[in-house]
Amino acid sequence: MVEIVSPLEPDYRRGAHGNREGGSGVTLSETQPGSIVQLAAWPGQDEALRKVIQTVTGLHLDAVPGAGAIVENTAAFGFAPGRWLVVDQAEGRGETLRDRIGSDLGTVCDLSHGRTAIAVEGERAERLLSKLYALDFSAGAFPVGQAKSTAHHDVFTLIHRTGVDRFDLYVYRSFARSFWHLLRASAEEFGYTVE
Amino acid sequence: MLIACPYCGPRDLSEFTYQGDANRTRPHPMSNDQSAWNAYVYDRVNTAGDHREFWQHSGGCRAHLAVVRSTLTHEIKSVAIARESMNREAAK
Repeated sequence: MVEIVSPLEPDYRRGAHGNREGGSGVTLSETQPGSIVQLAAWPGQDEALRKVIQTVTGLHLDAVPGAGAIVENTAAFGFAPGRWLVVDQAEGRGETLRDRIGSDLGTVCDLSHGRTAIAVEGERAERLLSKLYALDFSAGAFPVGQAKSTAHHDVFTLIHRTGVDRFDLYVYRSFARSFWHLLRASAEEFGYTVE
Repeated sequence: MLIACPYCGPRDLSEFTYQGDANRTRPHPMSNDQSAWNAYVYDRVNTAGDHREFWQHSGGCRAHLAVVRSTLTHEIKSVAIARESMNREAAK
């Protein structure tokens, strides 16, 4: 297997940082999935494509905007009309999906090298992300499993809530280090740990 | 100003990009009718009230939207996915 190189590497410093008075409010980590695959259905093929994703990943996806699911090392969620992202810690998920999704159904785009995945976890995770995005991060408005597409200035971000106090963020790899700086500076006041 | 994207729900204006007046009809690409092209490029109804316009949710789901907005109050009267809205219009 080829060694994974992180775009955050020069600024990825493990350990405790920021305000230590109240302990660590959030934990930041790069999750480095082996596969990040974007799927898009042709008009009228949404249902058929959603079913294929369910069969391949074994995850249940509701037919509502932003619906997603997580099981162990696999996650999938809708982020736009007729579009889904499938994430897996294992490599090669793009090929599996490409084999199952014909050109009559939709498109498969392997973004494993194009996106950086960052997990924000901890009791202050909602508060931290509220500083960056004009979204309601409370559990009622943003339940576990749901995903939203949004942007912080020009850094387009897909946010998947994978736990009560955990969010997985997907940003463009080329913007990832700059975004990482912003995330660290924003987490300074809560105290944060880089894992 | 908030725009209620049919997919994402209400979002801040900063996530959207204005894509222009939705009241005009583009002439056929093969058309060489100068006045029709002139009208398409330059003529605007300049509505004081409900105005049909295209927006893109560029900082979100990236869908193109057909929006009716009051130019007097900025109230958003309706939002639909542009493709679905255009198909409905064409079917009429």
